[in-house]
Amino acid sequence: MKIDTGDTTWLLISTALVMLMTPGLSLFYGGMVRRKNVLGTIMQSFIALGLVSIQWVLFGYSLAFGPDVGHVIGSLDWAALRHVTLEPHPDYAPTVPHQAFMMFQMMFAVITPALISGAFAERLKFSAYVVFILLWSTFVYAPIAHWVWAVGGWVKNLGALDFAGGLVVHISSGVSALAAVLVIGKRRGYGHEIMPPHNMTMTLLGAALLWFGWFGFNGGSAIASGALATTAFVATHVAASAATLSWLLTEWIHRGKPTLLGAASGSLAGLVAITPASGYVDPGSAMAIGALAGLLCYGGVNMKNNLGYDDSLDAVGIHGVGGMWGALATGVFASKAVNALGNDGLMHGNLSLLAAQAMSVLAASIYSFAVSWIILKIVDRTVGLRVKSEHEMEGLDLSQHGESGYLL
Amino acid sequence: MLKEIEAIIRPHKLDDVREALSEAGFLGMTLTEVKGFGRQKGHTEVYRGSEYRIDFLPKVKVELVVPEQRLESALSTIIKCAKTGEVGDGKIFVLPVEEVIRVRTEEVGEEAL
Repeated sequence: MKIDTGDTTWLLISTALVMLMTPGLSLFYGGMVRRKNVLGTIMQSFIALGLVSIQWVLFGYSLAFGPDVGHVIGSLDWAALRHVTLEPHPDYAPTVPHQAFMMFQMMFAVITPALISGAFAERLKFSAYVVFILLWSTFVYAPIAHWVWAVGGWVKNLGALDFAGGLVVHISSGVSALAAVLVIGKRRGYGHEIMPPHNMTMTLLGAALLWFGWFGFNGGSAIASGALATTAFVATHVAASAATLSWLLTEWIHRGKPTLLGAASGSLAGLVAITPASGYVDPGSAMAIGALAGLLCYGGVNMKNNLGYDDSLDAVGIHGVGGMWGALATGVFASKAVNALGNDGLMHGNLSLLAAQAMSVLAASIYSFAVSWIILKIVDRTVGLRVKSEHEMEGLDLSQHGESGYLL
Repeated sequence: MLKEIEAIIRPHKLDDVREALSEAGFLGMTLTEVKGFGRQKGHTEVYRGSEYRIDFLPKVKVELVVPEQRLESALSTIIKCAKTGEVGDGKIFVLPVEEVIRVRTEEVGEEAL
């Protein structure tokens, strides 16, 4: 195996692009909370860069991609990056150094638990959050990544397709977010106090960084530079654009005004939905997936008002709903003409892929929900999940971190 | 006798009011950005389907102290400039003032204005 410099260049750049998504997410979420919680919210995303990166090097990567144990988890054979060298790996990274692949995957592991933080924003203790994401990365993220992407993983063997993380990133975080809001409960004053976003310009900057980083997220998932990376790159942008428009249009018709938060949310919905399909679909299919994602996720975020849970920043409505739609849409729109290594979906006369996709969605959802529920209950019994009521009123910035976002 | 005028007006009328008062010879004032409501209704904001009623609307409060004989002139100047005829033009309160002291010179009463 020979290292290809073009592939390596693209993968390293993609890794840096995906890294930037986590601070992007922190701004996206940070702008949507009240000003007393801006730093606490930004911190919940940013700290994942420190915590999960170290967890990944020590044992997370080994659990996710190490030698298969029973089709469900990797062994600890690659712990502390043993056997993870600068030589290419025949299955995961035949043309790039194995460590480049490990780093690229690390950035996915970093952002995924941070996505969940949108659900329980403005009320979680920082200490509880730290324990939660370490347990979650170990017991939810690593196994699901192994099922879907590792050699020997049972979802991979089933034939389900997940190009860049519809199951591993979005369904796992979105469904865990639902478990989290049910365990943790609503914010103090939810439903009768006004809780509008405090800085929409910050939120848009975050959305823009996420969109930019997503080119690396999906494009880099080709693990090579060239035609497949371009397929994913094009699909990513087309879906995000279509979803921006469809969310905005739905909102304009439904509520009478097109909002900036709607445009930003729509773009995210499209990016989430195209993630699993991005390496398997043509631009027309990407447009359809994106357009429907805007519509479905608009319904998804409005659903909480009827069901009565406080998914504060809509992690369930966007990552859960968008992730499920994207995984199923892959089973509808995927085409061997686009990517011979993929499969044909329903539109191309094959029902079996859609069945495998549905099976994988169900399994990842049930597993994420159940294990997240257990982890949250354990953290609640030991560390305690919620901040004290007076600290919630005071805000996370002062009570958890002893600093203020704005001294104006 | 000195009177304090507390005028709560529309923010975009502030420049007109300030200029007209200066031209009429009222040379000092204090300004506060305030929020409140009276008969003017607020508005609703919708964020991802969550609707919030914003009752408190932004206004500015202009405070100035004038000799009683010039009160009418000051009030008519403010009203002329701040009025649009729509609900939400604001309110003016007039209060008696016990004493005025200029800190620098310790002058008191009308001399201190």
